[in-house]
Amino acid sequence: MNVHARAEKIGSHQPDAMTVKVWRGDRVGEFQTFEVPRRENQTVLDVVTEIQRNQDATLSYRFACRVGMCGSCAMVVNGRPRWTCRTRIDQLEAGPIKLEPLRNLPIVKDLAVDMAPFFDKWRSAHGYFEPGESPPEDFAIVAPDSAERQAADAGIECINCGICYSACDVVSWNEDYLGPAALNRAWTLVNDVRDRGRDERLAAVSGDAGCHSCHSHMSCTEFCPKALSPTFSIAGLKRATSARAWKRRR
Amino acid sequence: MTPVLYLAQRATAVVLAFAVTIHLVTIIYAVRGGLTAGEILARTHGNRWFLGFYLVFVLAAAIHAPIGLRSVLREWAKWRTRSLDLAMLAFSALLLVLGLRAALAVYLA
Repeated sequence: MNVHARAEKIGSHQPDAMTVKVWRGDRVGEFQTFEVPRRENQTVLDVVTEIQRNQDATLSYRFACRVGMCGSCAMVVNGRPRWTCRTRIDQLEAGPIKLEPLRNLPIVKDLAVDMAPFFDKWRSAHGYFEPGESPPEDFAIVAPDSAERQAADAGIECINCGICYSACDVVSWNEDYLGPAALNRAWTLVNDVRDRGRDERLAAVSGDAGCHSCHSHMSCTEFCPKALSPTFSIAGLKRATSARAWKRRR
Repeated sequence: MTPVLYLAQRATAVVLAFAVTIHLVTIIYAVRGGLTAGEILARTHGNRWFLGFYLVFVLAAAIHAPIGLRSVLREWAKWRTRSLDLAMLAFSALLLVLGLRAALAVYLA
């Protein structure tokens, strides 16, 4: 089947337009309904852009790369947090499309949220490399098949899109909870043999805002667009912090 | 939750998994056999194994339950002050006293 024939086939089964309900306002607001033309290979981000450019220029949203690299276009689509640039309309269930801003973050306006609390927690979890007081005497040798390297590899591809943070029930119950992304980052650094801030980091991720508050609902793992598993990273932190507490008591 | 509370809750969960199973199986076995309350008390009276088992059971429950309840109250009732820890200590003491009283009553009956 050539490209034109395939386009006609797809077009013949699709309605000409779709109904899109978009959150307007900040914490207080309402859904506004738009009718958007249906196009082939259309993504949810295409739909939002079409609304903003052709129907209501006051609609606020955020995007940058459009190809699933930056993570800035994350929104809640039909109740599920997703990257809108990587969500095609024909992947969604039939019926109106409902677009909301990410949960668990302050809404700036419409579909744009303030990511500051998310990155503040990244810092609170010591999600940054600690080189130590003095430079190392030699290069660190990190064997690719070492347990630490493999544990770090498993979580290293996070691009900070905030999907896991939006999906996390514990954040919604406890606004102080550091969240899956910050804890996942902390776990990759705990396994970085070059890092010199392990003890302080394990202290930072303990306590009522830390890893032990995770209920292992696995929403972060379910929704992560990078197929990472923050739940397993958090489980690793639980083991590491418990071992640290056990050694201190003995 | 601190790592110490986390470890305490997990460790007591292991104990409770066995204790609750033994407790329920024993109840069902005793009732199915048609024993009267008096006959059951005659068997538990002065039985140190029985007393030891329930002392462990009560101690594990008195540690485990307040830690879990603390998390529930923190998340659902937004009770996050120092008074919560004091209240949970009091709850733990209450469970301990009531549980020990019940176990001793059956042992000494």
